[in-house]
Amino acid sequence: MPDRIAITVNGQAREVAPGATVAALLSAIGLDVRKVAVERNEEIVPRSTYAEVALAPGDRLEIVHFIGGG
Amino acid sequence: MDGTPATAGDDTWEVAGRRFRSRLIVGTGRYKSLEETAAAIAASGAEIVTVAVRRVNLSDPKAPMLQDYVSPKDYTYLPNTAGCHTASEAVRTLRLAREAGGWNLVKLEVLGPPPYLYPDMEGTLEAAKALIADGFEVMVYCADDPVAAKKLEDMGCVAIMPLGAPIGSGLGLTNPFMINAIKKQCRVPVLVDAGIGTASDAARAMELGCDAVLLNSAIAHAKDPVRMAIAMKAAVEAGRNAFLAGRMPWNYQADASSPMTGLIR
Repeated sequence: MPDRIAITVNGQAREVAPGATVAALLSAIGLDVRKVAVERNEEIVPRSTYAEVALAPGDRLEIVHFIGGG
Repeated sequence: MDGTPATAGDDTWEVAGRRFRSRLIVGTGRYKSLEETAAAIAASGAEIVTVAVRRVNLSDPKAPMLQDYVSPKDYTYLPNTAGCHTASEAVRTLRLAREAGGWNLVKLEVLGPPPYLYPDMEGTLEAAKALIADGFEVMVYCADDPVAAKKLEDMGCVAIMPLGAPIGSGLGLTNPFMINAIKKQCRVPVLVDAGIGTASDAARAMELGCDAVLLNSAIAHAKDPVRMAIAMKAAVEAGRNAFLAGRMPWNYQADASSPMTGLIR
């Protein structure tokens, strides 16, 4: 088992511990889970499942929020 | 906030079962600061605000967020698909928006290339179909094309939003006849979205019978956004009242306002 696994978050390479969940990733980044949404490999990750969804090598995540727009 | 209950006699409007008093929807983009955004939006009296969905800045996760200044508790958030040029990008964006906010009511826009960012109606129709099938309530930005507007309405879009002029152009209503034609044929609300430059443009859209107006740059890019927000609020109300009042006929000759009898000799 490797020490770290490689994933991509918002287009940036990142490493997380094997078995790390989406909740752990958001916490490590320092984001308020109530204000963001997460997509993993182009599938929505429901907020209620953040603590259960484990990240896998090569996962591509998008973490978004609302900003000003017209 | 999700609309307010209407009382009899109020001039309210309804979209997707939600009732609103303000007929001005404003964007939250292009302001100098989040403070200015909040002040201008409050001054506009808007109850619905459009918002964009973008990547979080991972290097500054604690940066102030729009929601801290324009609270979804106070305003109905209308997530948009600005920047999307294909149906699949738009659908993906709004699925994320729904997860972020829990709202089904969305603004769909699928745009053609610069310099006009004119609505891509093929992509718009494709995205609208997919979104409606997925349970979204779609307010749709579209060309001032009555045929396309009818297709979107028949498909189940909850509001039809033709452009007055290209996004951010401030050119006003370049084709008022077609806006009027779309309004006349639609059963769902019709809003002019994009192109409004100043208060008289917003009033004109309302005088044509539109249910509401959606604008962003006209306020955000004014020299004094808060004052322009006040102007837009008044213009939309004035235009709405003028529409309800029913304007006098056009008359291509004079018709004196003062009595022609009893003149001194």
